[in-house]
Amino acid sequence: MAETANPGTDPGHSEDGETRRDFLYLTAAAMGLAGTAAVAWPIIDSMNPAADVRALASTEVDLSPIEEGMAITVLWRGNPVFIRHRTAAEIEAARSVPLDDLPDPETDEVRAPRPQWLIMVGVCTHLGCIPKGQRVGEEKGLFGGWFCPCHGSHYDTSGRIRKGPAPRNLDVPPYEFLDDTTIHIG
Amino acid sequence: MKKLILAAAIVFAGLQAGAAQAAEGKALPARDWSFTGIFGKFDQGAMQRGFQVYQEVCSGCHSLRLIAFRNLEALGFDEDEIKAIAAEYTVEDGPDEEGEMFERPALPSDRIPSPFPNSKAAAASNNGAVPPDLSLMIKARDGGADYVHALLTGYADPPDGVELLDVQNYNLYFPGNLTAMAPPLDEDAVEYADGTPATVEQMASDVVTFLAWAAEPTMEERKRMGIKVILFLLIFTGLLYAVKRKVWADLH
Amino acid sequence: MSEFKPTNPVIRWIEHRLPIFSFIDHAVGSGYPTPRNLNYWWNYGSLAGIALVIMILTGIMLAMQYTPHQDFAFDSVERIMRDVNYGWLLRYVHMNGSSFFFIVVYIHILRGLYYGSFKEPRELLWIIGVTLLLLMMAASFLGYVLPWGQLSYWAAKVITNMFTAFPIIGEPLVTWLWGGYTVGNPTLNRFYALHYLIPFVIVGVVILHIWALHRFGSSNPVGIEADGPQDKIPFHPYYTVKDLFGLGVFLTLFAALIFFAPNLLGETINYVEANPLVTPAHIVPEWYFLPYYAILRSITFDLWFLSAKLIGVIMMFGSTMILFLVPWLDRSPVRSARFRPWYKWFFWIWVFDVAVLTWVGANPPEPPYLYIGQVGTVWYFAHFLVILPLLSIFEPTKPLPSSIGEPVLKGGGAATAGAAAKPVEKA
Repeated sequence: MAETANPGTDPGHSEDGETRRDFLYLTAAAMGLAGTAAVAWPIIDSMNPAADVRALASTEVDLSPIEEGMAITVLWRGNPVFIRHRTAAEIEAARSVPLDDLPDPETDEVRAPRPQWLIMVGVCTHLGCIPKGQRVGEEKGLFGGWFCPCHGSHYDTSGRIRKGPAPRNLDVPPYEFLDDTTIHIG
Repeated sequence: MKKLILAAAIVFAGLQAGAAQAAEGKALPARDWSFTGIFGKFDQGAMQRGFQVYQEVCSGCHSLRLIAFRNLEALGFDEDEIKAIAAEYTVEDGPDEEGEMFERPALPSDRIPSPFPNSKAAAASNNGAVPPDLSLMIKARDGGADYVHALLTGYADPPDGVELLDVQNYNLYFPGNLTAMAPPLDEDAVEYADGTPATVEQMASDVVTFLAWAAEPTMEERKRMGIKVILFLLIFTGLLYAVKRKVWADLH
Repeated sequence: MSEFKPTNPVIRWIEHRLPIFSFIDHAVGSGYPTPRNLNYWWNYGSLAGIALVIMILTGIMLAMQYTPHQDFAFDSVERIMRDVNYGWLLRYVHMNGSSFFFIVVYIHILRGLYYGSFKEPRELLWIIGVTLLLLMMAASFLGYVLPWGQLSYWAAKVITNMFTAFPIIGEPLVTWLWGGYTVGNPTLNRFYALHYLIPFVIVGVVILHIWALHRFGSSNPVGIEADGPQDKIPFHPYYTVKDLFGLGVFLTLFAALIFFAPNLLGETINYVEANPLVTPAHIVPEWYFLPYYAILRSITFDLWFLSAKLIGVIMMFGSTMILFLVPWLDRSPVRSARFRPWYKWFFWIWVFDVAVLTWVGANPPEPPYLYIGQVGTVWYFAHFLVILPLLSIFEPTKPLPSSIGEPVLKGGGAATAGAAAKPVEKA
């Protein structure tokens, strides 16, 4: 191998030259790794919800048209949300259930801090069907709440699972009251 | 190598010539814009004034259908202001429980509604010419911002011998010089919220800045990222060159 | 060269059952001997490979968000630009990546033509390469239609209409291509399906290309086959680091374009949604198709039973197909243009001719562009069909060096005076 006629550089056999060379290679490799990670992020993030999807991630609902004993269904993130204006009897029934009776113990106070308003995602926690009970005349199940026709899950007036294959109570979405008659879901 | 560069230069020059062919109007005056160049930014004040011009003048005929109210955050409006701007418009929604379509106030997630329900209605109201959507106008014309500004301020009397039909207007910069659009901007056509005098020049400049943003809202992010990426690559390529020289040192 | 002997037990376990590590080592590692005198024009092959990977990666991410229906396509692309996280970046990289892919491949082809890389025994390697070029052209034409802008639609209409030039089968062929009576939704959908397919066909043909390359190894700037081990060096680390450096330069230029001039190589009118009732004033294809476009439009006269349209179509396809024949048109026993002074001139004249045709293609088909284009077309074909064969017979070539190492070790230039031009050693 011909020796280089390069006055400034070590031929690479002295220790100084080797550490310098290794440092160079290491730095280049590290930068390459950093660059690759920087390229990977936009590719991965592009699969996350886009701005227009995120804009529809929350919705505001006006509760004033909902009379006592009535319920409406709104769409939130592609799923139905049950909003029920509960009667005093329904609230009483919900609050007097002993926790031991519940497959998924949860108090009604936690699920409905403003007791006359029950807001839940209307998707059965078993396999995803939409339970019946929103409309007048629909089957409400053995506990006066909701009934899922697919595999026979019964939910009570707090939307809790009482009988049937569903493992969890109907999910309560994140929401807040903007004022007494408007809620912001999501 | 030099010959390859020469060939590339000829091709490049030729392509620009081709582009110049397409815009047959007068030569465009080049302007200074806040958003051109490596460090270009959209001036928020200009954009807000430009949006006002769009709302009060252009939106009578031109849609801006790719912009949603939530996008206006880039102009410096906060969430409440955007909700208020959106609520001034109505959009169609439905069908409701009776199967009927209904109107409701717009939400931030809605797009800006079009002045006409469809292009045929637009043409019927404009002597048969459809006023184009403006969302991409700055990118959709050769000359971009310079062209649109020149067009808005370039109305003139036709030269001797040129007779205009009722529906035609003479413009120095429109290709072919005859356009169906009447001069849209008059002195003080708009009363600016920030008190800036609304000269034709000012309104044209502001609305072009707004439209430049509308055509590419991500431009600032793009340029910011570009500076970082190119700096990184310059250093990295320099390092790679050093590595290459090191590895090849024993061979040369 | 060196035998591959791994020490790591995990690698040995895998290698014993699936010899993939020794395969990689022999393909691009220290086990692949390469001529020591390759210059930077030899970087463009690996750059083309990287460009392909970039296009496939960005293409798949875009495909997750794009809608191939004529009522939604344009808007779905704008949604990518505005709402999808980093969508604008994916789109601009994909759009400009196509241009960079062609720049890199055109230079790669020019290298092949200049240094005679297509000559025996690499003719099939060359033919596979021209096939790759055709596949790239198909993929990019189909891709350009997808955003459904004015030029997307009208370029699709003009190019598919070309096939009506064929007698008898022309009309039914075009109806079949369209899936309708004009370019419409069925056309867009099938173009999308084919646009997604072709890059993977390209990957397969690239594997054949590299396989054929490795049969005899790379040619080199001097054009003499490497004699023995002293003329070769292991691909890794020498050419891996050189290719990485070349990649750095490529990415820097690419980044400059994407971030600061992303629409420079495009046409503004494609930001207007397709309108079947309004023809744009100037229909132009992307820049890399301009020379062929010029050739197509330069035929303005009928010949016997052949219409001008048909001749134009044949000439246009012919201008690429003629590349297949180059190993048989150029029979000079000397490979590299370094030792072929006449060919060197004609090569650069041809490159200039293609540049002129590119410029003609960007302009309307009227005088003077039309006349210049016609002269350019005649010269283009004359270069291949007349000049190359004649040069093979009559060109006085410079004497070749005796080995690859010789020009470098003796201080450059040809061999000593008096040595006659040696025929190329057959490997």
